[in-house]
Amino acid sequence: MRKVWDFHGGLKLDGHKSMSMQQPITVVPVPKTLVLPIQQHIGEPAHPVVQVGDHVLKGQLIAAAESFVSAPVHASSSGKVVAIEERAIAHPSGLLATCIVIETDGKDEWVPLDAHASDYKQLDPSRLRNLVREAGIVGLGGAGFPSYIKLNPAPAKTIDTLILNGAECEPYITCDAMLMRERARSILDGLLVMRHAVQAKRCLIGIEDNKPEAIKAINEALTLQEKTIVDVVTIPTRYPAGSEKQLIKTLTGIELSQNQLPVHHGIVCHNVGTAVAVGEAILEGKPLISRIVTLTGHAMGKPCNVEARIGTPMQELLDYAELKNQHTDRVIMGGPMMGFVVQETQSPVVKTTNCLLAITQQDVTHEQHPMPCIRCGECARVCPAQLLPQQLYWYARSKDFDKIQEYNLFDCIECGCCVHVCPSHIPLVQYYRFAKTEIWAQERDKVKSDHARERHEFHQLRMERKKQEDEERKRKKREMLKQSQAKDSNKQDAIQAAIARVQAKKQAQHEQENNSTVDDSNK
Amino acid sequence: MKQLISSPHTVFGNSVTRVMLLVIFALVPGYIAYIWFFGWGLLINSVLCIATALACEAWMLHLRNKPLQPFLTDGTALVTALLIALALPPVLPWWLPVLATAFAIIIAKHLYGGIGYNPFNPAMVGYAMCLIAFPKQMTAWLPAMTEQGHAINFADNLRFNFTGKLPEGTGYDALTQATPLDALGIQLQLGNSVTEIQTGFAQFSQYFGVGWDWISILFLAGGLFLIYKRIITWHIPVAMLGSIGILSAIAWLYDPSSNPDPIFHLLGGASMLGAFFIATDPVSASTTPRGRLIYGAGIGAITYVIRTWGGYPDGVAFGVLLMNMAVPTIDYYTQPRVFGHDKADKP
Repeated sequence: MRKVWDFHGGLKLDGHKSMSMQQPITVVPVPKTLVLPIQQHIGEPAHPVVQVGDHVLKGQLIAAAESFVSAPVHASSSGKVVAIEERAIAHPSGLLATCIVIETDGKDEWVPLDAHASDYKQLDPSRLRNLVREAGIVGLGGAGFPSYIKLNPAPAKTIDTLILNGAECEPYITCDAMLMRERARSILDGLLVMRHAVQAKRCLIGIEDNKPEAIKAINEALTLQEKTIVDVVTIPTRYPAGSEKQLIKTLTGIELSQNQLPVHHGIVCHNVGTAVAVGEAILEGKPLISRIVTLTGHAMGKPCNVEARIGTPMQELLDYAELKNQHTDRVIMGGPMMGFVVQETQSPVVKTTNCLLAITQQDVTHEQHPMPCIRCGECARVCPAQLLPQQLYWYARSKDFDKIQEYNLFDCIECGCCVHVCPSHIPLVQYYRFAKTEIWAQERDKVKSDHARERHEFHQLRMERKKQEDEERKRKKREMLKQSQAKDSNKQDAIQAAIARVQAKKQAQHEQENNSTVDDSNK
Repeated sequence: MKQLISSPHTVFGNSVTRVMLLVIFALVPGYIAYIWFFGWGLLINSVLCIATALACEAWMLHLRNKPLQPFLTDGTALVTALLIALALPPVLPWWLPVLATAFAIIIAKHLYGGIGYNPFNPAMVGYAMCLIAFPKQMTAWLPAMTEQGHAINFADNLRFNFTGKLPEGTGYDALTQATPLDALGIQLQLGNSVTEIQTGFAQFSQYFGVGWDWISILFLAGGLFLIYKRIITWHIPVAMLGSIGILSAIAWLYDPSSNPDPIFHLLGGASMLGAFFIATDPVSASTTPRGRLIYGAGIGAITYVIRTWGGYPDGVAFGVLLMNMAVPTIDYYTQPRVFGHDKADKP
């Protein structure tokens, strides 16, 4: 047995996994309409490259990725593009998003595929990564981060460990477990392709010990030679063991901080489903156009796992699993701990739809009045990030966003463990999301206001300069005026002097006359 | 409404009421032993305290425009009332339990904002206020049961509570005694040695000493049950009992004739009740693991200091209240190391 490390906190939850594992994975028939959002991943949306009325084939590129963090979208069956418009998608915000709508023709006809089954090892790793990018592959575990970026270590970094995440720690979800049971060989094929792409020294597959069949299936599929580089590691079942950071800690003992990526420690981590997609993309040339979806929950009549085309309306899957409408409290995309409520069941299945969970009223504790926090600290005992949720809550409530960051709000992974155990039924995660959003908004405002301040300061500077220039101009004008006045005054002086001279002369004459008069009188 | 629902969607059935009921459940063995050894006074005090607590709680909720449900039934007022009743001496005029409880609920709890917002332990605020204001009544304890039964029967106890009259031929001073801890402290200050006191005073007769020991051991058992049920963590009780034990052991080893042994300190007075049920009140206690160790150790040290050099019979109440004041600072400087960070971020 390989050594495994422990992480702090976490919860032992009821798995509810067996209900959806009673029958093998089946393929859902091609739906009449496919709705393909142009953004199904973290990053920039793709740009449609087809027009309404175009005929497309299965696997044909319909929206291209133009920026670095983006992923293209492919038609998941053949048919006609009937609309490119805003449609309801499953997203916590409930907003509409641009989708390409295809009316299928039922022929399910492929585009010509460019397979590299025999020669992928001769391909340059960068060429492999490009093929993964072109296949539109994103993380299928739930986050939806474009996979080729994670297969693209910085040039100086060497990758020591490639980890496949088969933990699947959320209750109810079994798509990875079924995939490992039924398609272990495909997972390993994909793993080897990934290993070639990142040139990893060793590979680890982490699987929770509540999936013995999956562990057995993978071990049986491993060839002797593969066993020297691939280690299947059984890890204790404890939510959130499948969270990337917790899994890396469990398997390697390395703790990543909030702003560190696994690649900083020479680690790359992918979901088992992603491995299958990468394998198919390289070995068969198939882009990502379908995925395994778990349809489960106590409100589902026939819980099961299906392979569904991306773009299939969720309602078709719910019908397929015989959803009992009258018993359904809510349908969740994802698991009960981190999933979100699907508001519009006509929303399409996207690349990150790992599970549709229909729960009944008995499954949820309803409308409990939140009580004040009694600081019991149970949340801190279960927090896998080792935070103090009770203090974060206190500062989120008082909107003390400086203090809440001193308590490391941004290390919160929103796993929901704290809410699960809270005796006061406080929706803590909601408070943390609120605080994070507010801080982001403040930072954006700050950037904006900095910009505005700079503009204002520049404006003032300009006004100041203008004022100075005006002053200067005025001063010059005044000087000129003075000079001209001075000239004028010279003239005046001359006139005055002339007048004075004339007067003096007159006076002198006058006096002379008087004198003469006097003289005359004296005569 | 549904779009406002946020993950997680399923929760574990924990509640404040469940926590408080388990605390009360864990108090039961010690409580029964207490009545067994010291008579029905505790029951009378409990009824007075609970009635006062619920009435004050309801009145304050009304004044603060808060709903009676779920606050009145959350069990917190009940726990406060029971802790006050357990801290008070068994024979008391009726208005002392009422006063202590009313002060605890109105002043120490609701004027600070009610459940979750009180910086001080309400039960200890009520108790300490009465101890300071009425030291004579608050330090007069009963002797433990002997072969002749309780020192005072239920009817006499009840009559004394409401009329102040004792049966013919019984004086208040003759009936009551200091607790062993109190007596030892007084006699040590008078210059007697520990052995002289333990052999010469009624408090240390077999029955009396054994009574306190049993009550303490049963509170210890209740406390271990709470740790097992994850209602409290081990940090505060271990730190508090540890610091009382270590300090008293050092003093005892240094001079056994003027310092009682650590067992006497740990099983005497309110050590066990305080460590598992009073100091662990989550609202007013430290909330970080390391902080709880400091908080508990601080209470233990203050308790020991007051017992040894102070004028009060026990120091748990003051220890808790003084450490309550330090909690915000302790919590701020004892944040645990966050996942992936090198060391605890010193703010």
